[in-house]
Amino acid sequence: MPFTTNEEDQSTVQNAAAPVQEQGRIARFLDSDLFHSFLKSKITVVAASGTFILFLLAFLAPWIAPHNPFDLASISIMDARVPPVWMEYADPRFLLGTDDQGRDMLSAIFYGMRISLIVGFCSVIAAAVIGISLGLVAGYMGGRVDAIIMRIADVQLTFPAILIALLIDGVAHGIFGSIDREVFAFYILIASLALSFWVQYARTVRGSAMVEKNKEYVQAARVIGIPSVIIMVRHILPNVTGPVLVIATINLALAVVTEATLSFLGVGMPPTQPSLGTLIAIGNDFLYSGEWWIAIFPGLALALLVLNVNLLGDWLRDALNPKLR
Amino acid sequence: MIGFAARRILQALIVMLVVALLAFTMFRFVGDPINQMVGIETSIEEREALRERLGLNDPVAVQFFRFITNAAQFDFGTSYQFRQPVSELFAKRIPATLELSFTSALFALIVGIPMGIYAGLNRESPISKLFLSVSLIGISLPTFFIGILLIFLFSVTLQWLPSFGRGETVQIGSWWTTGFLTISGLKALILPSITLGLYQMTLIMRLIRAEMLEVIRTDYIKFARARGLPDRLVNFRHALKNTLVPVITITGLQLGAIIAFATITETVFQWPGMGLMFLQAVQNVDIPIMSAYLMLTAFLFVTINFIVDILYFFIDPRLRVGRP
Repeated sequence: MPFTTNEEDQSTVQNAAAPVQEQGRIARFLDSDLFHSFLKSKITVVAASGTFILFLLAFLAPWIAPHNPFDLASISIMDARVPPVWMEYADPRFLLGTDDQGRDMLSAIFYGMRISLIVGFCSVIAAAVIGISLGLVAGYMGGRVDAIIMRIADVQLTFPAILIALLIDGVAHGIFGSIDREVFAFYILIASLALSFWVQYARTVRGSAMVEKNKEYVQAARVIGIPSVIIMVRHILPNVTGPVLVIATINLALAVVTEATLSFLGVGMPPTQPSLGTLIAIGNDFLYSGEWWIAIFPGLALALLVLNVNLLGDWLRDALNPKLR
Repeated sequence: MIGFAARRILQALIVMLVVALLAFTMFRFVGDPINQMVGIETSIEEREALRERLGLNDPVAVQFFRFITNAAQFDFGTSYQFRQPVSELFAKRIPATLELSFTSALFALIVGIPMGIYAGLNRESPISKLFLSVSLIGISLPTFFIGILLIFLFSVTLQWLPSFGRGETVQIGSWWTTGFLTISGLKALILPSITLGLYQMTLIMRLIRAEMLEVIRTDYIKFARARGLPDRLVNFRHALKNTLVPVITITGLQLGAIIAFATITETVFQWPGMGLMFLQAVQNVDIPIMSAYLMLTAFLFVTINFIVDILYFFIDPRLRVGRP
């Protein structure tokens, strides 16, 4: 029942405008099929709490991290490569040890996760916007526009996303040069991720739009002279939020992994604004000299984050799939 | 059948043309090729002469046509970094990538298929559940981190296996080098192949499991059991055969993914293949190598897709009936 998610979305949008209605909506949400299937699956509840905690740690990093890894005044090279507390020569100030510049690993992971998630969210939103608009246009307009958009999608689908992201990244650095790398890295990364992930949204939305456009309510709307753009956004779009939400959740995990991979390969976030992937890349250089914690802890954090989000996505896909009920 | 193949070939050609256009645009318009080729002390006249000689002043359509003709003859220009023909650089590195990809695909199939069959037939057994949880972790761990973990465990801590390079290689023919024939070459293959193949392995396992679960519920399997056929015959002759169609498609498509993901594995293990070269090209904006890699992988993917489509035709009789 995709309507439950619509109501959930709308309730957050409208809660400023209609505080009275809100309570009813929350109560209805708590009684919905979706919420019941959520409570029934223990793994999902664990995954949701895990995701929530990780998000909280990431976004509240500036307030809860024990140190500020970007504050040059507070870090000291004398503290470099201190092992985690349970090992010999540890320092109680640094729970998970420090990296090669004396930054506290735990704090660096919080901040890194923050950057990873921001890049992930931005690229998922950007990809969704591109994919949904192109999918709506293709499905609703049909004909030649549809053919062109879907052929582009087909060609792109033959290539794995990571390759496309790498290529776009390389080309972008070729155009902008290496001077502004630190400034542009963030935007280039989001653009390359968004451009490699839009296809899935477009295909899904196009399919639904093609079905919806022949239904009576759309034809009625067209007869009374509502412009196509408004029909697409107001009438067709709400019917595809379910599948789009599923794709977005799974793609968030995928985007975080791809971002980490690009950063690990040295074409993502620069070491001055390290994401989890950058942290792993830095730590990789010290793996052979026995300082394993610099690479392994950020990696575990990344795996934990992705695993939790994937579990949530899996559940959402099954819960919103009417065939499985 | 022939009409189907012809249509597929036409589609493949169009895809290749689009990719070639992209590669050409990159090659021609990202940065100035002349600036990349000459030093700072080259005079403007010399630059212009070079520009004229390379045909960069010709109409764009003429240049594109020349680009395609050259690419069809494996001439992709000269690398900005190495000052050598791109095709020679690739020829030297293709064996490493193909051997790695082949080994990891083999690993994924040999380990993934039996695990999938087992998990599909014994749905409730604790081992199946273990397989499933492991596969979920396998999907969630990024490739490069799996590589790092393996290096940390087997190279740094236990010191059993090498962590970088191909080991000793033997030259076969004029340009093919192989690591299959020496002990150190085989040892060097183990960790990278597992790293690269793990994701595909979990994918194949989950796929076979899901297909098996679906197939054993069908009537003809129930009927086969009712006839008193031995379990082994039913499971392998009747059930497994019908799960193979999607497996072949996915394996085919994943072969392309393996070659793409080889870029990451090759970087982690400093494996001297095309992927590592491509990555270095991306970091140094070496456009000729990038565009050549784009064309080469596109060609590989298109060929693989074509072969998979044709294979489909032979495996699934239902497809043959529907089409003229």
